[in-house]
Amino acid sequence: MKCRRCRGPAVIEVRRHNAGFCGSCFLRHCREQVRRAIEDHRMIAEGERVLVAVSGGKDSLALWDILEALGYEADGLYLGLGIGEYSPSSAAHTRAFARRRAGRLVEIDLPTDLGFDIPTGSRAANRVPCSACGLSKRHLFNQAATEGGYDVVATGHNLDDEAAVLLGNVLRWNTEYLGRQLPVLPAGNGFVRKVKPLVRLGEREMAAYCVLRGIDYIVEECPMAEGNRHLGYKEALNAIEERSPGAKAAFYSEFLDKAAHLFAPGAAAARADLRSCGQCGAATPGEVCAFCRLRARAGASS
Amino acid sequence: MKVLLRNPRRELDVPGPLPVHALLERLEVNRESVLVIRGDTLVTGDAVLDDADVVEIRSVISGGSG
Repeated sequence: MKCRRCRGPAVIEVRRHNAGFCGSCFLRHCREQVRRAIEDHRMIAEGERVLVAVSGGKDSLALWDILEALGYEADGLYLGLGIGEYSPSSAAHTRAFARRRAGRLVEIDLPTDLGFDIPTGSRAANRVPCSACGLSKRHLFNQAATEGGYDVVATGHNLDDEAAVLLGNVLRWNTEYLGRQLPVLPAGNGFVRKVKPLVRLGEREMAAYCVLRGIDYIVEECPMAEGNRHLGYKEALNAIEERSPGAKAAFYSEFLDKAAHLFAPGAAAARADLRSCGQCGAATPGEVCAFCRLRARAGASS
Repeated sequence: MKVLLRNPRRELDVPGPLPVHALLERLEVNRESVLVIRGDTLVTGDAVLDDADVVEIRSVISGGSG
């Protein structure tokens, strides 16, 4: 197989583009896809400060690398989740990556700084671990960005993540979630702008980017995620993709073009109805935000 | 060839020569969900793997949804 651009030997095939790429042309392809996503969806304006949520995994480290390559001022934010041997290992990968970069790494450790870990919190709140984890991340990323004076939080959600979440939301016709499943969530009501610059790239491409750039990411899967619903949706979509390359990208991009706006009013109404959490001040539909309730149930002192 | 798989970590011996896509079919692995790495280099589906090769089949699927 030959590289579509330079006709040299290809090292990776991207079937949905019906193309192979050599190493250097592939890295260029990934950066171009991110640049297009940022421009098309007006994610980041010139001179804005970006906080990248990094986990030590392929997507977030690749995102940080690409944003720096594109000239953005981007710092990293790592959240220690207190998950067995997995969290120390993911922290080590993140720190090693950050040491090689000019960007600053901000760290928050759930057990040390907030008094609970994800396994304890999820059990106490009777939530699945990925739900307690996602809730904590959304809350703490927003808080850290606000306190640090950042204009935007960037996350490593890729095309596969977004297509899998979309499938889950469609299977249940969760219209409020569909209304806010966008590559950009604007600032307002106590929220910093949140962007997903990897939505034009699949997770296979992100892993390949890391291998080709020599980025040593944590390959092992989070033990708490094993067998979760999200993985099942990804498997189902990959089974379709194998027979019909491009199906995942079409599913997601056509949703954005043709359907997302239909659900926007419901999501906007829900957001407008928020008030301040009585304990931490974060935006919430109730008296106390979900994160403070999770923390209280986990037995942590505030 | 030696084939390393992860999650769970295991090693298999598979006779070569064999194209990458045939190896993945034999192991019933969806090619959309993995990278194939020979030594420290990525290889495409049409590359032929030899008996002496050491190959990693690396899953690229992450489970977090938050």
